[in-house]
Amino acid sequence: MKKRKKNVVLFYLPLVLLVSFVVFPYAWTLLTSLKTTDELYTLNLTFLPNKPTLGNFKTLFLETDFLQSMARSIYTASLTCLIAMLVSSMAGYTFSRYHFKWKNIALSGILLLYMFPSVLYLTPLFKIFKSLNMLGSLSALVVSYCTFTIPFSIWLLTSYMNEIPIELDEAAEIDGASVFQLFVKIIVPMLKPGLVATGSYMFISSWNEYLFAVMFTSSKTRTLPVSLTALIGEYDIRWDIISAGAIMSLVPIVILFLFAQKQLVSGMVAGSVKG
Amino acid sequence: MIKAVNSSRKKDLVPVIMLAPAFILVVCVIIYPIFNAVITSFQYYKLTDLQNSSFVGFKNYIDIWHDDAFIASLANTFKWVGITVTTQFLFGLALAILLNQPFRGRSVIRSIILIPWVTPGVVIALMWSWIYNGNFGILNSILLKFGIIQDKIAWLANAKTALYSQIATMVWQGLPFFTIMILASFQTVPLDLYEAADISGANSFQKFVYITWPHILQTVITTLLLRVIWVFNNVEVLYVMSQGGPGYSSMTVSLNAYLKAQKSLNFGYGSTIAVFGTLCMIAFMIIYMKFTKKYRGSN
Repeated sequence: MKKRKKNVVLFYLPLVLLVSFVVFPYAWTLLTSLKTTDELYTLNLTFLPNKPTLGNFKTLFLETDFLQSMARSIYTASLTCLIAMLVSSMAGYTFSRYHFKWKNIALSGILLLYMFPSVLYLTPLFKIFKSLNMLGSLSALVVSYCTFTIPFSIWLLTSYMNEIPIELDEAAEIDGASVFQLFVKIIVPMLKPGLVATGSYMFISSWNEYLFAVMFTSSKTRTLPVSLTALIGEYDIRWDIISAGAIMSLVPIVILFLFAQKQLVSGMVAGSVKG
Repeated sequence: MIKAVNSSRKKDLVPVIMLAPAFILVVCVIIYPIFNAVITSFQYYKLTDLQNSSFVGFKNYIDIWHDDAFIASLANTFKWVGITVTTQFLFGLALAILLNQPFRGRSVIRSIILIPWVTPGVVIALMWSWIYNGNFGILNSILLKFGIIQDKIAWLANAKTALYSQIATMVWQGLPFFTIMILASFQTVPLDLYEAADISGANSFQKFVYITWPHILQTVITTLLLRVIWVFNNVEVLYVMSQGGPGYSSMTVSLNAYLKAQKSLNFGYGSTIAVFGTLCMIAFMIIYMKFTKKYRGSN
């Protein structure tokens, strides 16, 4: 087959336009974060910073609670992720290896629950946390994140678990392994791609979560997204510092994403196609 | 023999123990709250006026129809979901077709274009608010330079543009999801079909319509449904960028439910809107699944 030369108008032009559309907001935010305040609020807008400075990052780290919020976000996202993986891999194993009444209904029900809007859970969870005196604590946040992490990770891990041949279970059983040994020594290692996909997806979703965080945290326990929006003052908005904050909250997530990209993408495709 | 009996005995307990934590969590954190939300939706329940909490029957469900914010949110939600998902799909499909061609740097671009998908909604909202800024935003500068507009537009503070500006932001956010799903489904098309088509002299358009499209249709249908649900549920972009304003020009059903609960602390009324929204979504899902049944194959 002859290799055709690609058409500039039909191929490169739309490609460049679409990719620029995707990349531009990041580039502009990065450039903004490197500008001085004076340069930002001028009517002669310059694209590149005249005097690039890291001053905004310094202000962000030293004069706001950004770093503390970041630590809290890391804690919350890690704990959420850990609980979801532990609970869901056990549930996923049961769904994949045992037959019981209502199994398929339970699995479809779980998927349906994942589609429900967060706003539905907002007021009931608030009441629960209030009566348990948990409002303003990060534990409340971790519990509320179970509303979306548990259904999705059960669904995803069950489908990964189904790919692991059941002959392995049988072989281990013949060798006299207990279910616990079988689970830890055979299933979990085989499940690694699934765990990476689920884990990174759960980490990213908790890291990004905002609606519950606004409602359930206090100014002393707020997570990254809430801290970022708190930089919007009543009368004055420091877009240079907000841009620096936006860049900084992207860095960990983009690193994680690039690291787990392959598993994440195949998990996403598998998870939704099977749905 | 004894061993076999033992192990089958164990098996009876094992699934129960393994399933218990998930079951308890789902019941306490998801099922119970859903029931509680439904009950609250029939109550007068304000956090600022708890002494007077009481059951009011369908009063909230009747009141929403006399609420300007709610009425405005219905049409806005249709636009918000309809325009966003359609545009995401078209651009996402276009980008998937482009990225399916071999060229240098393709894998790097495939990674980069996925980043909006993992970007926090708040960061998306803030980045775009700055681009849309009326006085110092770059969008106005670019459009002025090319003579497309004569005066600066305060994109988010203008009732005519606020909703559409945020729809553009949402298109940007969801486009990669479509691209990656469609790219993955391209891999399921048997290559020899294209060769056969080449031999019989089919052009690219015919090949797309008769070979590619039937193979990706199932993915497209599933992805469209997922996106409709996500965009419908999305609150944070609108919450950070415009809070539904100016007026109610960018108020949606989900945002309205959130604002009523979080800002006005009117839990009863907020739950009513949230339950109403969820019911609409379930109804949409059922109708959508019915209409697309014949295209979705055995699944």
